[in-house]
Amino acid sequence: MSGSNDHHGGDMPHSTFKGYMTGFVLSVILTAIPFWLVMGDVIKDTGMTALVILGFAAVQIVVHMIYFLHMNFHSEGGWNMLALIFTAVIVFIALAGSLWVMYHLNVNMMPGLMKEYG
Amino acid sequence: MSELDLTKLIFGRLTLESIPYHEPILIITFAMVAVGGLALLGFITYKKAWGYLWHEWFTSIDHKKIGIMYIVLAIIMLLRGFADAIMMRIQQAWAVGDAAGYLPPDHYDQIFTAHGVIMIFFVAMPMITGIMNYVVPLQIGARDVAFPFLNNFSFWMTTSGAVLVMMSLFVGEFAKTGWLAYPPVSGIIKSPGVGVDYYIWALQIAGVGTLLSGVNLLVTIVKMRAPGMSLMRMPVFSWTALCTNVLIVAAFPVLTAVLAMLALDRYLGTAFFTSDLGGNVMMYINLIWIWGHPEVYILILPAFGVFSEIVSTFSRKRLFGYASMVYATVVITVLSYMVWLHHFFTMGSGPTVNSFFGITTMIISIPTGAKVFNWLFTMYRGRIEMEVPMLWTLGFIITFVIGGMTGVLLAVPPADFVLHNSLFLVAHFHNVIIGGVLFGMFAGITYWYPKAFGYKLDPFWGKMSFWFWTIGFYFAFMPLYVLGLMGVTRRMNHFDDPSVQIWFIIAAFGAFLIAIGIASFLIQLVVSYRRRDELRDETGDPWHGRTLEWSTSSPPPYYNFAFTPRVHDMDAWWQMKEHGYKRPEEGFLPIHMPKNTGAGIILAGIATVLGFALIWHMWLLVGVSFLALLAVTIGHTFNYDRDYHIPADEVAETEANRTRMLANHV
Amino acid sequence: MSETTHDTLAGNAERGEPLQFHETTEHHPETGTLLGFWIYLMSDCLIFASLFATYGVLGRSYADGPTGMELFDLPLVAMNTSLLLLSSITYGFAMLKMQANQLRGTMVWLAITGLLGAGFLGLELYEFNHLIHEGAGPWRSGFLSAFFGLVGTHGLHVLFGIVWLVTLLFQLKKHGLIPENQRRLFCLSMFWHFLDVVWIGVFTFVYLMGVLP
Repeated sequence: MSGSNDHHGGDMPHSTFKGYMTGFVLSVILTAIPFWLVMGDVIKDTGMTALVILGFAAVQIVVHMIYFLHMNFHSEGGWNMLALIFTAVIVFIALAGSLWVMYHLNVNMMPGLMKEYG
Repeated sequence: MSELDLTKLIFGRLTLESIPYHEPILIITFAMVAVGGLALLGFITYKKAWGYLWHEWFTSIDHKKIGIMYIVLAIIMLLRGFADAIMMRIQQAWAVGDAAGYLPPDHYDQIFTAHGVIMIFFVAMPMITGIMNYVVPLQIGARDVAFPFLNNFSFWMTTSGAVLVMMSLFVGEFAKTGWLAYPPVSGIIKSPGVGVDYYIWALQIAGVGTLLSGVNLLVTIVKMRAPGMSLMRMPVFSWTALCTNVLIVAAFPVLTAVLAMLALDRYLGTAFFTSDLGGNVMMYINLIWIWGHPEVYILILPAFGVFSEIVSTFSRKRLFGYASMVYATVVITVLSYMVWLHHFFTMGSGPTVNSFFGITTMIISIPTGAKVFNWLFTMYRGRIEMEVPMLWTLGFIITFVIGGMTGVLLAVPPADFVLHNSLFLVAHFHNVIIGGVLFGMFAGITYWYPKAFGYKLDPFWGKMSFWFWTIGFYFAFMPLYVLGLMGVTRRMNHFDDPSVQIWFIIAAFGAFLIAIGIASFLIQLVVSYRRRDELRDETGDPWHGRTLEWSTSSPPPYYNFAFTPRVHDMDAWWQMKEHGYKRPEEGFLPIHMPKNTGAGIILAGIATVLGFALIWHMWLLVGVSFLALLAVTIGHTFNYDRDYHIPADEVAETEANRTRMLANHV
Repeated sequence: MSETTHDTLAGNAERGEPLQFHETTEHHPETGTLLGFWIYLMSDCLIFASLFATYGVLGRSYADGPTGMELFDLPLVAMNTSLLLLSSITYGFAMLKMQANQLRGTMVWLAITGLLGAGFLGLELYEFNHLIHEGAGPWRSGFLSAFFGLVGTHGLHVLFGIVWLVTLLFQLKKHGLIPENQRRLFCLSMFWHFLDVVWIGVFTFVYLMGVLP
């Protein structure tokens, strides 16, 4: 076996049973509610439902990040978190930017298509 | 019937007709390549150098050798890309009015596509990756990159992409779509042939290499800096390398995704980017520029880093405004994600969207301008030495500023509506890519060449190369600005209006000057090799450098540093020299290093076969090579024995040699 | 030289003590595997971002074909979601066993995770097959192309995760819980949990919002 890699898993974060269970219970709840909202047709307003379930998804992503992926501000000297935040910003720019740009393109260049959407 | 199916299963759509033997230009090219290639292979065999190449280079995981291989690849592909360029220049200067020129549209379209693809993906990218690979670990005081095997694998994947592009010249055809392969032209209806498939798979395979090398260098810079080298003490080139690799990691996946969707449209008949069935052609253009604009900065940032190193070295001064240089780089990195729409102002997203992206585009020129002033202030009152790297730098500053200003002009949406798709645009991006990236890479090669090979490049031929390139550039591209303002659009292989011809003749003349510039560069390599004893650098520090790479011998030992340096200042080596640092001559320890492996070249070889089979729809071979790829990958993960120790005696001997060399020098 | 520009070591030099310019012992940089893998995952995130953006743009381009409301079977999706969620916690248990240095336990929980993943894939294949038979294949409309593109890419990742998991089981059997294998287990755990995070986006943005009128 090799030389330098022998220090015993010291670079990995320590996980606990309690941490995993907290994450699991929270995510079950955060998954069940949106399914119930949509399948049970609980909120009549579609736009409102969409916003609420997107909110739940955002919270659940944070829960997974903390309890399953062990994200925090000090692992790997903060570089993990920095990479995550940077990626989140780029993902946001790419998603929101594309939707914004494409919406305007469709409105201007394909007005017939937009009418179909209502 | 079943026999026919079997042929189809094995050969897909590859038939003898796919070999373009009816095109005399291609046959002559092929003959030249074949003769040259056979001569090279024969020479290697005659010299019995296969074993040497395999053990010392192809399977090497030494970042220095991989860096050199990247640059060799880039130079070879530069010759191919330039051959395309000069063919276009001749055609456009010739084919006016009644003259049809010598390239039919069908062939001409492949040439401008291949030129763009090769120059960006297989010249500029390997060039910057090669220089970063060579320099970054030395500059940050590390012994290798974080993942040495991946580094070798990345290089071979890039090469695999290049091989596929070269194959398209003689087997089948290349895309006729322009370098970004916009649908619907690149869709299966308009491009039923293999050209676009060559494009897709060459870029996908090379893209794997680029992405992994990005991750690799990023982790190297984050994790492996010498003790004491905080981020704000890191040399500017390493900073720009850090930001470039952040951009690579965060931009190339978008290219992968968008090309995968284009491939699905072509192979499975999906409707992502089709004109019917609810597909959206504009989404392709939107996505590909989300990758494409950061790509521009991926190319230029390392060049900025090279110039920063050179300016301060040859002005004998600390870089002016180090912190502002770093902040400018970081700001460019983030802003480069917010300007992509300026590549398609005319597509019709309307005034709100166009204004937003016009303004962000103008804003991004501010940090770039700050950098130019920093270089000028570094030179101000410095003792400037006009060595060849410095000449490239001065040429860059003037040329790049002109290109930057025409870029800001294009950032104004109404102006863009007039100039879009014209030769003005072509002149603009060649102005920044040649004046910026290419000059930067030549400057970098000249600057670090003595470090890599132990002797300087011959200055006379370096100056020839510089002047022919620079003057040739102005002759070749200034006429295109004029033509663009006259309303001439790009990608035309024939003109009716005779008034444009004179400008194209001037441009063609410029291209010939550039050809002499390239030839001078190659002659420079040969002449310098023959004069290597006169040009020898025994000190390891031929330019009186400021950063850590100059503290080792030239060329550096494979472990780079016998003892890891400890850093107290931004210009670490300069400070060491000022403090009269004495090299340790004893007390050496065994050094832990990774082992060479052939897995990288084998995997990339299989990937090339897989790509070729996918292009030609050879489904049997697709299956076999895919399984082989999987098996070799998994097999490689079962190899746990990946490193060894260089014994202390060997280190002591290498270092003693250097001590003797230094003593002889003084 | 002012105090603000240099660190304490340079300060020492000012007081006449020589600066140390090299390490005299062997210097071990930290291993970068975990950070490198995390950065790879971040780049993968951008592949998914592109696919989500495409779905966002094409998601209602039905081309007179079937809509999400007509096609999506939410109970099936709920079932699939619970399989993936369960596999996340079982992977967590495998990691806890690994920390306790129990090889057998690690391997058992890992195998259970793999089976849950395979179950997820099976249900997804059933769904795809069903859709294609109903004439709602990926070539039917922009919406269905984007749907199959996004969900299929996630599925391919799960498939890759299972292949990796099986490979790792063999490596664990051969070498035990050596540091290399621990690191690999940790990387796969990041990969697995990352896929779960992407799935949250998929079931919310594609399925739940897709059946909204």
